[in-house]
Amino acid sequence: MEDKIIKQISLFAENKPGRLANIASNFRKSGINIRAFTIAEAGDFGIIRMVVDRPDDAHEVLHSAGFTVSETNVLGVEMEDVPGGLGKIADVLGEKNINIDYAYAFVTKTEKALLILRVNDIEGAILVLKEEGIKLIDMADIQQI
Amino acid sequence: MKEYWNPWIERMPVSELEKIQEKKLSDLVNYVYRHSVFYRKRFDEAGVRPDDIKTLEDLKKLPFTYKSDLRDTYPTGMFCVPNEQLVRFHVSSGTTGKPTVVGYTQNDIDVWTTSLARAMTSIGVGRGDIVQVGYGYGLFTGGLGAHYGAEEVGATVLPVSSGNTERQIELMQDLGSTVIACTPSYFLFMNEVSNTAGVSIKNDTNMRVGIFGAEPWTEEMRTRIEESTGIKAYDIYGTSELSGPLFTECMYQDGIHIWADQFLIEVINPATGEQLPDGERGELVITTLAKEALPLIRYRIGDITVINREECKCGRTHPRIMRVLGRVDDMLIIRGINVFPGQIEAVLMKIPQVGEHFMIVVDRVNELDVMKVQIEMTDEAFSDKVNDIMALESKVSSSLKHVLNIAVKVELVEKGSLPRSMGKAKRVIDNRKL
Repeated sequence: MEDKIIKQISLFAENKPGRLANIASNFRKSGINIRAFTIAEAGDFGIIRMVVDRPDDAHEVLHSAGFTVSETNVLGVEMEDVPGGLGKIADVLGEKNINIDYAYAFVTKTEKALLILRVNDIEGAILVLKEEGIKLIDMADIQQI
Repeated sequence: MKEYWNPWIERMPVSELEKIQEKKLSDLVNYVYRHSVFYRKRFDEAGVRPDDIKTLEDLKKLPFTYKSDLRDTYPTGMFCVPNEQLVRFHVSSGTTGKPTVVGYTQNDIDVWTTSLARAMTSIGVGRGDIVQVGYGYGLFTGGLGAHYGAEEVGATVLPVSSGNTERQIELMQDLGSTVIACTPSYFLFMNEVSNTAGVSIKNDTNMRVGIFGAEPWTEEMRTRIEESTGIKAYDIYGTSELSGPLFTECMYQDGIHIWADQFLIEVINPATGEQLPDGERGELVITTLAKEALPLIRYRIGDITVINREECKCGRTHPRIMRVLGRVDDMLIIRGINVFPGQIEAVLMKIPQVGEHFMIVVDRVNELDVMKVQIEMTDEAFSDKVNDIMALESKVSSSLKHVLNIAVKVELVEKGSLPRSMGKAKRVIDNRKL
């Protein structure tokens, strides 16, 4: 079950010019590749969430650059890139009373869509999704995207 | 380890101390009247003659002295001895205006040193200790003051001065410093830098005592420091006009002991100048009983405190001033409500998710004062859920509102973005002043 958990990097950033550039330049220097990325903005600040190819290195790089950064366990769900793909996943989780804290998605090169999910019960979610035959991707898959 | 530096003086019955004070006060007014043009004029204007001052009760007849007097007579117009009798000058930083100059005779330096020797002994610092002095040396009184006091009690002094933080931590480890003397905000910065370098002051050094002053700090800050670094944190008090750092708490951490044979203290209502009864909060006024070069008579320090004359648990009979909340001139008036930065610090330090550094920013928007407090959160407090962070902001904001009775906007800023200080921390940006 553990291997289906993806480590997402989350960091706190003030909402002001140059912050993203700073993060990007730290990644460029360390050769870290971003696979999925989103910013949740809330007025003065934002929380940047991303899935990268080497999360532990990314955490280290950002931490030593002085950022408040954490690793969060999320799920990567492979969806058919067709209408209704998202709905199915949401239905399955909803039926089991598992709440989605947040989600973001992107389309991969393989004509699939990838949904990153943070849920309130990650192990429960893995079981439910597996039962329904929904594919969860792991860190190795992330590196290959 | 000695319990007292001078048990006879430190445990002297109050009635005997008062006799010493009365004798010294009467000598002092005669001395300044004879040796200082400034004081003679000031006394004459107030219609008071040295002969009028016989008891401690008579102190009230004497006019106050102000920081502005030192500025108006810059550099040495208030001195009572000619320059050739001076062994040293110190000059204030002049952060709040023109700098003030204080001169010292050899006796003045000795009195200063003795005051700190008593203080250091009272917190168990002495032979065998390595005292790392992280206060600035030079014109600022902190470095040399702590240095001489530590030498006097037989400790080994490591005169690092302020700044050079990585070096401070390296020396702390290599030489095994047991005592640190610096501003509390600088020590927190050292702790931050050492943590980043993977060094824990608590586990990887011999540090056991901190002598922290030169800026107001709170009980809550003490708890933070003691918990995160494993040392005992003591408050040290003094001002450059008096000498420099002079007094500390004792091991009971219950007020700062003011040596009554050398200094007379009063607390007054800052608006009316009236003496307040012990236990009431007001402005501290000090008269130096033993200084030769620049004695100060009823000097308005500007710090807000409370006098406690009860005998301390440590057995010392000298009066104590309870934790200094702030200075009269640090007080912010926000929409007519008095606010001390110390009150804000006390609230913030009780919230574990809030880091040690903060900044108060005051603006005037549409004729209304607006106060904003910028804070950093601790790494542990960070959540990747926006709601959690917003909940933290509103928790801090409502705690501040509860204590201060005014609305405060709380702004979380990135770790490391608030200024770190190696000397006195700057906590307020008041944009209302033009």
